[in-house]
Amino acid sequence: MDSIFGIIGGLFLVAGTSFLLLGGLGLVRMPDIYNRIQAGTKATTLGTLLTLLGIAFLEPAWSLKLLLIGIFLIFTNPISSQVLARAAHRSGLGKLPANQVDRLAEDFGEES
Amino acid sequence: MVEFLIGLAATLAGIAFLLALWRFIKGPSPADRVIAFDVLTVISISGIVGSALVAGRVIYLDVALVYGLLSFLGVIVIARYLERRL
Repeated sequence: MDSIFGIIGGLFLVAGTSFLLLGGLGLVRMPDIYNRIQAGTKATTLGTLLTLLGIAFLEPAWSLKLLLIGIFLIFTNPISSQVLARAAHRSGLGKLPANQVDRLAEDFGEES
Repeated sequence: MVEFLIGLAATLAGIAFLLALWRFIKGPSPADRVIAFDVLTVISISGIVGSALVAGRVIYLDVALVYGLLSFLGVIVIARYLERRL
């Protein structure tokens, strides 16, 4: 297990979980909802994909199922982040004094 | 060497889980909690796949796939509820 593939896979694992840690840190430190969606969704997507890649290096026989999980994550994570941002906007929680321009409210025909 | 790297990765993922859990508990609005829940499930998928590696059982990958599907549906349903009150 301590071959060159193992070392590469371990390094990918550490890189992926570092991105997960950055996503969690951004979730705590960011000031409002949209920034938290940005930090929490994209960093964790990359982190999970790197983790799956590292485990595919460590266990090459599992590559097909790991690829399936990765494709599923690529499809579902942007959808959930978009739906969350839209829900935050429609429920009025995203109205902030810093948001001077609100194109989505203009598209919905509301007064922003 | 590989065991050390796997342990370091598990520690980093655990810290990330705790940070997201802090936002899930404290979050001032329901949308913050749903975002934190989404991040928690994505970190949990990594954790389940990592436990499949440590335990050496391939069946846990199927568990991770079904868990990701159900958590995705849960996030979509809660977001629809926040948007339109069902």
